[in-house]
Amino acid sequence: MTPDIRLNQAPAHQRHGSNIGQPLTRRDGILKVTGKAPYAADHHPKGMLYAVLATSSIARGRVTFLDIAAAKRHPGVVDVMTPSHKPALAEDQDAKTNPFMFKMELLQSDAVRYANQAIAVVIAETLEAATEGAALLAPQYQALPARVGLDADESFVPPAVGLGHPAIVEHGDTEAGLANATYAIDATYETPAQYHNPMEPHAIIAEWDGDKLSIDTPSQGMAMAQMRIGGLFGIPPENIHIRSPFLGGGFGSKGLISGPQILGIMAARLVGRPVKLVLRRDQMYGPVGHRSPSRQRLRLGTDAAGRLTAIEHQARIVTSTFDDFYEPAADVSHTLFASPAIRTAHEAVRIDSGTPLFMRAPGEATGSIALDAAIDEMAFASGVDPLEFRISNDAPVEPITGKPFSSKALRECYAQGAARFGWAGRPLKPRQMRDDKGFLVGWGMGTATFPALMFAGNARALLRADGTGAMETGAHDMGQGASTALAQVAAEGLGLDLDRVEFKSGSSDLPDAGIAGGSAHTATVGTAIHNAGAAVIAKLADLAMRDERSPLFGAGNAGVVARNGRLHRRDDDARSEAYADILTRAGLAEIEASGTGAADPAAQAEYAMHAHGAVFAEVKVDPDLGQIRVTRMIGAFAAGRIVNPKLVRSQLLGGMIWGVSFALHEQAVTDGRSGRIMNANLAEYHVPVNADVPSMDVLTVHEHDPHVNALGIKGVGEIGITGSAGAVANAVWHATGVRPRRFPIRISDLVTAR
Amino acid sequence: MNHSISLTVNGVRRDIALTDPRVTLLDLLREQLDLTGTKKGCDRGQCGACTILVDGRRINSCLALAISHDGASITTIEGVARGDELHPLQTAFIAHDGFQCGFCTPGQLMSALGLIDEGQAGCDAERIREGMSGNLCRCGAYAGITDAVLEVQQKLKAEKERRVA
Repeated sequence: MTPDIRLNQAPAHQRHGSNIGQPLTRRDGILKVTGKAPYAADHHPKGMLYAVLATSSIARGRVTFLDIAAAKRHPGVVDVMTPSHKPALAEDQDAKTNPFMFKMELLQSDAVRYANQAIAVVIAETLEAATEGAALLAPQYQALPARVGLDADESFVPPAVGLGHPAIVEHGDTEAGLANATYAIDATYETPAQYHNPMEPHAIIAEWDGDKLSIDTPSQGMAMAQMRIGGLFGIPPENIHIRSPFLGGGFGSKGLISGPQILGIMAARLVGRPVKLVLRRDQMYGPVGHRSPSRQRLRLGTDAAGRLTAIEHQARIVTSTFDDFYEPAADVSHTLFASPAIRTAHEAVRIDSGTPLFMRAPGEATGSIALDAAIDEMAFASGVDPLEFRISNDAPVEPITGKPFSSKALRECYAQGAARFGWAGRPLKPRQMRDDKGFLVGWGMGTATFPALMFAGNARALLRADGTGAMETGAHDMGQGASTALAQVAAEGLGLDLDRVEFKSGSSDLPDAGIAGGSAHTATVGTAIHNAGAAVIAKLADLAMRDERSPLFGAGNAGVVARNGRLHRRDDDARSEAYADILTRAGLAEIEASGTGAADPAAQAEYAMHAHGAVFAEVKVDPDLGQIRVTRMIGAFAAGRIVNPKLVRSQLLGGMIWGVSFALHEQAVTDGRSGRIMNANLAEYHVPVNADVPSMDVLTVHEHDPHVNALGIKGVGEIGITGSAGAVANAVWHATGVRPRRFPIRISDLVTAR
Repeated sequence: MNHSISLTVNGVRRDIALTDPRVTLLDLLREQLDLTGTKKGCDRGQCGACTILVDGRRINSCLALAISHDGASITTIEGVARGDELHPLQTAFIAHDGFQCGFCTPGQLMSALGLIDEGQAGCDAERIREGMSGNLCRCGAYAGITDAVLEVQQKLKAEKERRVA
């Protein structure tokens, strides 16, 4: 008989100090502040060589000459890997056998399909020699004109956007909704190409031993990387051991193993020694993905009372000339606002760039800044305060599917965020407020949203006769705090204090934890851990309840509760027994059980699942110079159960800073003649510095969600960008009266518009 | 080629045979001296991840050739804690969650130590933000970083006042 175990229903006061809901500091904090946390490039196996990429300075054409002899003559250079001198691969690098597979540049030919593409790899005894060797190659090219920008070519309707979503979605009659509207707006916004730029460049240290491969590399998806590498080199995935205990940020760029990382493995194969390959910062602008630029047209209409009659959201995005990824920019309009008619449509253009890929909130970030700006314009056109407009048009059910939300505390976010910000009394018209220095002051807001996704993950739980436990899962900590938050879930799942739980993650020889992406890692792996814990406790309870010598003998019908290393009878808390005693008497050193985490298809069919939030921003603008400073931001978010409020706050703040960056800072600038990115560095590709970041605060609004997963977790990794970017843009309008229509907002846009 | 220099690294004098005159201080620390706490984020002096103290001043070690620092005294992140006892700034970074991925953290800490020593920011949060703006944090842990530095500055100020009183 299956014992009745309801770990997550134990009263809160019975929980330990270390488990779910506690604001624990990061468990890896000491390692990180002492410089002892090992990142991939910190490793140095014996006999290691250095590999440096030579990359193309043209965006389209072919390489006609490399001075390989000059490179090889340089002292310390061991070998130069080129299209005609490289290890054979077992699989076509341009094959696409699953939707997560993207084409790579692995020196398959002399063709160049984007700037910064790898065209050779120099391997040397020292980093200096490899770097010099790469420079000595002095490539010559036959260049063709580069196709760049959103108007490079005829557009086409992509086969799908994001991961298999339809490119065009129509619900109701938007043309009729617009024709019958009392008020309407029609606005077009442009967003730039953006690059993830984690602080840690992509790095790999690869070491072959026969047909076994050992790798240190930052990865948001070790099991998928194993599969990809295994396919390319014709070895079983289990022959590949990936260690990725610490990522120096990922933001999507380390979700899929990239071409340069594979080149590092090829280089190690070629020379028969361990090889380290680290991308230079400028080499990260091409082969490791980026966010597509977009041009988005929004047409909205309302009735006389300011109720939406139609939303049309069209987006033009780009992809590369050789592969397909389509940023689902318009899809954000599907879920937030009630409208009898909604139409979203994507069109795409092929350009000579690396393939755009997943970057933090892919689609949602790009689309929400435009939607938030359009909603603000629409509210003003219909004479309604934007907060009131958003509340009165808030979707009570998911508009297109008609599904109820599994939970949606957005109205509470609006209310609590507005109260904390002090939104009441905001003048409707722009250019009404000034500070004591005469700067223009503006207040704007946006609505945050991100789907509550789950992928698939696994965990293994152990209980030991010494009273300790272990939880093993190949989870990824890229800074979000997985190794702390998931350990908290493990402690709760095992009914042990955190100090008695050994939590292992970050290595591919542990159970496959799927991918750290889509804000789904805590929900997915947390559920796997929860289930593994429940399964091992069930085994333990079974041992006790069958044993006449146990105080829990025969408790089957009443069930047991696991708490603090003891099982208690549910109907008589005083009758309990320590895990250690149960195992010792049974003569077992340890017991183990596995658990999986994945979305529940039945719940998904019934409910729409999203996290939500409301962001409020204040900006000050110099009326003469147009300089913009964000001075204050409040974000209120509802994202289901919060495992660790301290880490969640940090993640949400980080996301909001990305929102500020989207509105005011980030942009990759491509030279139209050469197709090269002109600011492929951290000085000219602007990201916020400390002084750019205003006084910010985050509220998490209570939200109980019994449907998303057993733990009620929705995820917070990406939602912070959404709403924030739009709030800043709308605050700039409110300060200046100028509607930003292209991002990042430039001083020149404000000055010339007046 | 043989180019020898001597450096005092975290209080220990080391005679070093450089493998190459082009070696930067950053690469020397990371690749030859096994001091990998100092990070390379851009190798162009743009991100601050490689910040160390050279003769008490904070510098970007990626922009410094090792050979031009013969005789210098260097402090890296590995030299900040006293054994198992963390420096108050390290403790404050943990308490205020002044990092996420941790990759920029050694540079942030070294930069903050330099800033505190320069005595230019005091307990003014805005000046701390300005003085820490050579160190990028892509995760966006700036609020925690500022709060951590501010807390240490305030403690130092209180201690100073106690001593004067």
